[in-house]
Amino acid sequence: MTGTSHGGRLRAALPPDGTGTTEAHVTERDALLDVRDLRVSFPGRGWRAPRVEVLDGVSLRIRPGETLGLVGESGSGKSTIGRAVLGLVPVAGGTITFDGERVDGASRRRRRALSRDVQVVFQDPYTSLNPSLLIGDTLAEPLLAQGVPAREARGTVADLLDRVALPRDAVHRLPREFSGGQRQRVAIARALAISPRLIVCDEPVSALDLTTQRTVMDLLLDIQERTGVAYLFVSHDLSVVRVMSHRVAVIRHGTIVETGDADTVTREPEHPYTRRLLLSAPVADPDRQRERRTEYERRFHADAS
Amino acid sequence: MSASVTAATAPRRPGTARRFLTNPQAVLSLLVLLVITGLVVFAPLATQHSSTASELSDAFGPPGGGHLLGFDSAGRDVWARLLYGGRNTLGGAVLAVAVALVVGVPAGLAAGYHGGWFDSLASWWVNLVMALPAMVVLLASRAVLGPSVWVLMVVLGVLVAPSFFRLVRGAVAGMRGEPYVDAARVFGLRDSRIIARHVLVVVRAPVIIQVALVAGMAIGLQAGLEFLGIGSGSLPTWGAMLNEAFTNVHRAPLLMLWPGLALGATSAALVLLASALRDVLEDRGTGPVAGRRARRSAAESTAAREDVGERAGLLSVRDLTVAYTLADGTSREVVSGVDLDVHRGEVLGLVGQSGSGKTQTAFSVLGLLPPGGRVSRGSVLLNGTEAVGASERHMRGLRGDTVAYVPQEPMSNLDPAFTVGDHLTEPLRTKLGLSRAQARERALELLRQVEIPDPARVMASHPHQISGGMAQRVLIAGAVSCDPDLLIADEPTTALDVTVQAEVLALLRRLQAQRGMGVLLVTHNLGVVADLCDRVAVMREGVIVEVGATADLLTDPRDPYTRELLDAVLDDAPARAPWRPREVGAL
Repeated sequence: MTGTSHGGRLRAALPPDGTGTTEAHVTERDALLDVRDLRVSFPGRGWRAPRVEVLDGVSLRIRPGETLGLVGESGSGKSTIGRAVLGLVPVAGGTITFDGERVDGASRRRRRALSRDVQVVFQDPYTSLNPSLLIGDTLAEPLLAQGVPAREARGTVADLLDRVALPRDAVHRLPREFSGGQRQRVAIARALAISPRLIVCDEPVSALDLTTQRTVMDLLLDIQERTGVAYLFVSHDLSVVRVMSHRVAVIRHGTIVETGDADTVTREPEHPYTRRLLLSAPVADPDRQRERRTEYERRFHADAS
Repeated sequence: MSASVTAATAPRRPGTARRFLTNPQAVLSLLVLLVITGLVVFAPLATQHSSTASELSDAFGPPGGGHLLGFDSAGRDVWARLLYGGRNTLGGAVLAVAVALVVGVPAGLAAGYHGGWFDSLASWWVNLVMALPAMVVLLASRAVLGPSVWVLMVVLGVLVAPSFFRLVRGAVAGMRGEPYVDAARVFGLRDSRIIARHVLVVVRAPVIIQVALVAGMAIGLQAGLEFLGIGSGSLPTWGAMLNEAFTNVHRAPLLMLWPGLALGATSAALVLLASALRDVLEDRGTGPVAGRRARRSAAESTAAREDVGERAGLLSVRDLTVAYTLADGTSREVVSGVDLDVHRGEVLGLVGQSGSGKTQTAFSVLGLLPPGGRVSRGSVLLNGTEAVGASERHMRGLRGDTVAYVPQEPMSNLDPAFTVGDHLTEPLRTKLGLSRAQARERALELLRQVEIPDPARVMASHPHQISGGMAQRVLIAGAVSCDPDLLIADEPTTALDVTVQAEVLALLRRLQAQRGMGVLLVTHNLGVVADLCDRVAVMREGVIVEVGATADLLTDPRDPYTRELLDAVLDDAPARAPWRPREVGAL
């Protein structure tokens, strides 16, 4: 019936996970980011409640300059993977290796050094910028944190604004003076400030209007083209991930169920859950949507009623 | 995007100093405080007399001969005592506030930012201190530590420190989970720097306001203690002067006036300053006036059109214009001259980006525009009855059985204090006059119709116990409970996961077909339109740019804006080619 109650049954009938199959394409030597058997759990609610497993043995690899799309529904644990890579949630098991070096459980000091290489763009452009800091200060922050002299930082900030196509006088403005799309550009500029090698993009276009979404996606693709940065691109939207990613991993209930190149996973998926995701999203063409709906009902109607 | 225009033209935010200087209450109260502090600090310049030199022959002497306010009961110069006493009174208040700040703010920062055992311990300690009666502790500490104003003020500082602690801790704990703090951590900022740059900015304003309030309170409390004779008897303070004057109130009542006036003026100025600071510092601005709603319309206001064309029987909107009154008194059109028709049994999609006015259009049909908004022109016929300008009573009669509403956020549209059953049976009983048992029977049947398994359990559940998809089904059940002719659904699936969305869309389609309802479906998702709608209206900046049958409009759009929207749809965008290594040196 609903996604959750149905999910429990479907999951029991499946093999434990889809890891290790297509992931074998990326060798350990090639990988910039190598996540193996990652486990994350949060304390349960209430006194002595059992811990809630959010990630249940997730493995993935990203090569330099590559985008791995990570698709899943709310509560699947897709954002938690990104937060674990960033060191924002404690890792309960498994390893995270960046550029040949273990980074899970890294000290704060090591983390600070690592922040030169790994950056983030969050979903909500309204809360990811400090409302009381001027845009210029927000952009200079990562530079100053890395010990760049203030004078030099100012020049870099102007360059950054050019790169994301914002006017230079934006430095003197507050976030609230900008639209969602413009704020997301600021967040992207901030992530680019210290030329990272990997950016974790946590639903970066989900809060944006359709046309704005497209321009921000183009900006991210363009930046990757020019700088060779790798993206871990987290999203709930298969069609966005399809355009953005070289490879796509589908996650459900803390487990990756399918990985493969973008075209295969988003057009001819193997796993029933991925197929369900694909058929659930309506297309903007009445005839094709009717076919899709019929197909969906044929496959999942038994579950739906 | 909606606010891009505003961002380009918005004037620079006036600086804090400027906002302070244009606030008369702030300027006036600060001026009073400055004058009082100035007189007290530069007391030797304001009087040549000593505050302690006593000339018994002058006792209760009238003003004159350089003695501005005359003499007190011991023959001392009142004006001089007032000035030098102010040093002790104000100095004591400053000391108390300083102690409270030094104790409360760092502890609050640490507890709020790090949480954990320190937070638990500190909060426990703070609760303990707050439970102590301040007056009793002050009396006890005087007995133990000796009769000194300064010691008492230090103790008072410790006693009021919890108010700073709680203020700071609350603000910091609230922002700890904000993405921008996470982002700062990812940039490798040290905790100390994050606290200084991100956290202090947040608590700065409330702390400054609290300082003014606490200073006023400290002055009052100290004066109270002195008046009761529990201060350090030897030092001149305003409170002590009150005490002395009180004993001679019948002989020289004016002696009460001067210290009372000084105390009152200072305390009042502090409180007024605090409240003015609140306005000045916590002004987050009106910003690009609430992007979603406020859009300046392209069309100019004209007289209502005469030509109305043929109007649909169920819902017919003509020349609908919705305007909002802004803070500065001007008004802004968010919907301009919209024409819409929904026939019986028809599903009309209303498509547009955020800020296009589509939700405002839907709300004006329901007669539920938020405060500040009004239908400034046009006509809305619901089942042939005019809804514009109709009384609230009349509209209430229409809602439910003529027109019903399914909102975007299912969770925030259910009251957490009531069960699902309460939500469903209430309208059945008031609207259809069913008995409690009948209503319950009907509600169970409705939940079955929206394909909820185990309806009895869901009826007894509170909103937080059910999933978002389930909540939306409950709201749909509620919307169709009184058999409406027209259902207005505002982005009914936007907040749902895509697999849940598919199920909810299927449910809406089935209910619509079974009941022959007309539906006005507000959405930004052209896939949802293709799935459900017979006709579509495309809206942009408060104006409808194109209306047509769904298949025609989506396959052969005539308006360039519709084409732009369709081009942004990613359905047929090619997938990205597999990764290939970059040439060496390309990095």
